[in-house]
Amino acid sequence: MSPIEQDIVDEFDLFDDWMAKYDHLIALGKDLPQMDPAHKTEDNLIRGCQSKVWLYAECPNGLLHFTADSDAIITRGMVALLLRVVQNRPAEEVAREPFAFLNAIGLTSHLSPTRANGLASMVKQIKFYALAYAANT
Amino acid sequence: MEPRNLLPSSLLDEFPILKQTINGRPLVYLDNAATVQKPLCVLDAVDHYYRTDNANVHRGVHTLSQRATDSFEAAREQLRMHLNAAHTHEILWTRGTTEGVNLVAHGFRTLLQPGDALVISTLEHHSNLVPWQMLAQATGAELRFIPLLDDGSLDQDAYASLLDRRVKLVAFNHISNALGTVNPVRDMTAQAHAVGAAVFVDGAQAVPHSTVDVQELDVDFYAFSGHKMYGPTGMGVLYGKTEWLERLPPFMGGGEMIDQVRLEGSTYAGLPFKFEAGTPHIAGAIGLAEASRWMHRVGLERIARHEDELLRYATAKLQSVDGIRFYGTAAHKAAVISFNLDGAHPYDVGMLLDQMGIAVRTGQHCTQPIMDRYGIPGTVRASLAAYTTVEDLDALVDGVQKAARMLL
Ligand SMILES: Cc1ncc(COP(=O)(O)O)c(C=O)c1O
Repeated sequence: MSPIEQDIVDEFDLFDDWMAKYDHLIALGKDLPQMDPAHKTEDNLIRGCQSKVWLYAECPNGLLHFTADSDAIITRGMVALLLRVVQNRPAEEVAREPFAFLNAIGLTSHLSPTRANGLASMVKQIKFYALAYAANT
Repeated sequence: MEPRNLLPSSLLDEFPILKQTINGRPLVYLDNAATVQKPLCVLDAVDHYYRTDNANVHRGVHTLSQRATDSFEAAREQLRMHLNAAHTHEILWTRGTTEGVNLVAHGFRTLLQPGDALVISTLEHHSNLVPWQMLAQATGAELRFIPLLDDGSLDQDAYASLLDRRVKLVAFNHISNALGTVNPVRDMTAQAHAVGAAVFVDGAQAVPHSTVDVQELDVDFYAFSGHKMYGPTGMGVLYGKTEWLERLPPFMGGGEMIDQVRLEGSTYAGLPFKFEAGTPHIAGAIGLAEASRWMHRVGLERIARHEDELLRYATAKLQSVDGIRFYGTAAHKAAVISFNLDGAHPYDVGMLLDQMGIAVRTGQHCTQPIMDRYGIPGTVRASLAAYTTVEDLDALVDGVQKAARMLL
């Protein structure tokens, strides 16, 4: 696990019940930087989620930069966690990222492709961007 | 208001699945409009069939096949009684509501032509909408839609104005899965019949919660799913009046549905077999008949009154939650509470309730046009069954209050 992921795990270790954990996710969701409305397009919308999720990436100087948004606050919190792990990292690295922290903080159950929250689709879309940019550099 | 469980809590003992914990809390199952849990007697009936009577039906002269056929046809008679249909052959086995709609919509391809019209309500589950769109596309018939009023009831004045001699079929549900609205089926049917149109009613949400008498309603077709009325999945019923079932062509071809088969062509079996190609879901029929008997033992009227009482109780109590907004507030409602918390996505509310062991449905409930009508992404839906208790609903209200505090 990367130091950033370890930070997230330590952060979540502080909470001893689900409510505190979700309070934290909600707070992270509220703090996620606004996405440029110009990028909230149909093309950047991730399918397969009950809530809407937009994800957009650029890759200046070989480092990925993601922006994202969702109409559901818990989903925004989950996106915020994922982005913390992949933000400003080389595309080839992100393409191989196993997101091990999700298991450690007990969010893996949300990763199942049949869960309507689309966490799995978000992970897939992040890797898709990473692979596309890695191929271009 | 004084909360009352009109049904004994010993009913819960018949549903072992409800006695489990989810995320460390006792399960509160309020997603009954999606599917209900099955009582032990239904599980036993299915198990017993496979253990002792399993054989193919209508085929063998051997004793086992006779036994399977007898139970299978007795199940059909049980469902005839359940609906008070005039004839046992008017009860067709299907996989569920969806197959019932498709069977009729497919059959009407031979009866419609350009210039004809179909009237469909905008309160429908996608399964009572998409097959009619396909029918309209295939035949060139026109689709006309009955609009919704703000309270979630169908605009009856608009309905009356949509009806004329070009309308060949009218389709709507008995009770809405998204909003709980109970539609005036008998009245709407009489109006459709006055212009010569056939009437198809989606009863998926009505059969589990009330007494349905197809002769009294005078509908031409009535479809529902076994899994929503305490029976197994993969099993449903389509009721059709004899004269209509005789007019409609078969839906699928195969074994069991034929009379004579020659290479040049075949003649079809009589009702109901004309519509039942292939080996049917025998265990499903037997389980569904047991579910029907179980409902009668508990009492159809008692179930309805129990759920009505709980619906009123929960609705009144939820009103105390800050920022709650209800969808579907028609005077005549059953078993469904659809709501949102202002400023919160239904998905967020559903996620938090799940953490508390409370199972509700969030989203569009397969009724996108209704959500579009209200301009919302979806709702949180709590839906009731015979085994729902005051305690379940207290847990719901508590949970929604907690979720509101966390999200707003
Ligand atoms: C009103 C209504 N119609 C149709 C259906 C479809 O039922 P099934 O999926 O069992 O065919 C449902 C179930 O979700 C329903 O609630």
